[in-house]
Amino acid sequence: MHIDWNSLGKVAMISITIAVSIVIIFSLGVLALSHHDTNTDHNGHATLALTGAILCFTTCATVVLYSIYLIIPQLHH
Amino acid sequence: MAHFSLLVIVVITTALAFDFTNGFHDTANAMATSIATGALRPTVAVLISGVLNLAGAFLSTKVATTISSGIVNDRLATPSIIFAGLVGAILWNLATWLLGLPSSSSHALFGGLIGAVWVGAGINGVHFDQVVSKILLPAASSPIIAGIAAMIATYLAYRITRQAQERPVTRGFRHGQTISASLVSLAHGTNDAQKTMGVITLTLISTRALAPGSAPPYWVIACAGLAIGLGTYAGGWRIIRTMGNRLTDIAPPQGFAAETSSTAVILSSANLGFALSTTHVVAGSVLGTGLGHHLAHVRWSVAAQMALAWLLTLPAAATIGAVSATVAVHGGTLGVVVIGLIALAMAVTAYTISRRQPVTANNVNDIPPPQERHAALGTTTT
Repeated sequence: MHIDWNSLGKVAMISITIAVSIVIIFSLGVLALSHHDTNTDHNGHATLALTGAILCFTTCATVVLYSIYLIIPQLHH
Repeated sequence: MAHFSLLVIVVITTALAFDFTNGFHDTANAMATSIATGALRPTVAVLISGVLNLAGAFLSTKVATTISSGIVNDRLATPSIIFAGLVGAILWNLATWLLGLPSSSSHALFGGLIGAVWVGAGINGVHFDQVVSKILLPAASSPIIAGIAAMIATYLAYRITRQAQERPVTRGFRHGQTISASLVSLAHGTNDAQKTMGVITLTLISTRALAPGSAPPYWVIACAGLAIGLGTYAGGWRIIRTMGNRLTDIAPPQGFAAETSSTAVILSSANLGFALSTTHVVAGSVLGTGLGHHLAHVRWSVAAQMALAWLLTLPAAATIGAVSATVAVHGGTLGVVVIGLIALAMAVTAYTISRRQPVTANNVNDIPPPQERHAALGTTTT
C-alpha cells in the first residue's frame, strides 16, 4: 500500500493558503467599498477607498481567470 | 447503433441513469450555500449549475480510459458486471437522497463496481490496496483540509469587515459566492461526466463496437453531459436543504468563505494528482465555516448522520452490486432484465415516498423550528 503523504501535504498547504488569502483580499475589498460608500463627502478618502477596492477585486478576478484556466484542459495542453 | 445488443443498450441506459443521480446528488455541493444565503434564487442556482455541468462535460477532453481509476481490474468488467455495479451505485444514491444525506457518488460507483467484480470475476479483480489510498484516505482528509481552510477564512472575513456597514458586506459576499459556486459547478462537470463516459466507452470497447483505446464518441459525450446537466437542474433539494440549512446556519460571508475554500481544495487537489471527493470537501467547508463564526454553531447530530452515510456508502453499494451481479452474471440477459426491473421499481418507490414530504425549490429554505425538527428526526442536538 502506497500513501502519497507528500501530495496530501501539498494539497493541504496550498489550498488552505490560497483560500485564506483570497478571502482576506476579498474582505479588504468589501471593507474598502463600505468606506467608499460612507465617505462620499470627503473626496480624498473616497477615492483612496475606491482604488483599494478595485485593486482587491482585480486580484480576485485574476485568480478566478487562473481557476478557469486550470479547469479547462484545452487551455493548458 | 442498430447492431447493439439489448445488454449493451441496458448498460448505456443504466450508466446515464447513474449520471443523472450523480447530477442531482451533487447540485448541493456547488449551490447549497448560495441558495441558503439568498445569493441566488433556488431555480436560478440549479439552472446555472446545470448549464455549467453540461459545458464542463464537453470541455474535458481527457480520454476516458478507466472505469474505476484502478480500483477494480477493468479488463474483467463485462457489461453484466458493469451493469450490476451501476445498479448498486444508483440505488444507494437514491436511498441517501431520500434521507437528504450528501454522500459521494464516486464512492457509490466504486462500491457498486467492487461488489459486482468481486462476485462476478473473483476477489482478485479488486485492488484492495487502491481502496485505501484512493478512497479511504481522501475521504478522511478532504473534510479536514477544507474545514480548516473555511474556519480560518470565515474568522478573518468577519474580523476584517466588522467595522464595515452591513449592506455592502452582504451584497459583496453574495456576488463573490456566486462566482466561486459557478467554478465548482464547472469543475464538477469536467470531472464527473467523465466517469459515465468512461463506463459507456469501455462497455462499447468490451463488445468490440469500438476499437480498443478509442476516445468517447461524440454522442456519448453529448448524452453524458445532458444526463448530468439535467440531473443537476432537477436539483436534489433534500440534500441542498441539509448542506445549506441543517448542518449550520450560513450568512453571506460564511457562504463565500466556504465556497472559496471548496474551490481552492478541489482545484489544487485535481491539479496535484490527489483526487478528493467534492461532496466531502464541501461538507467539510460548511462545517468549518460554522465553527469559524460561532464555535458551537454546528448541528453535530446532522454531521454525525452524514459521517455515518459516508462510512456506509462503499459497503452498502458493494452489497447491492454483489447481489445484482449474482443474478445478472449467472442469469444472462434475463437476469439483467430482472435486476433492471427490480431497480426501476425501487426507484419509483423512492420517488413516491419522497412525494409524501416533498422538498422543492419553493420550500428548500423553510426548515421547521428546532424542536419540531428534533422530533421529526428523532435525534437530539447540542
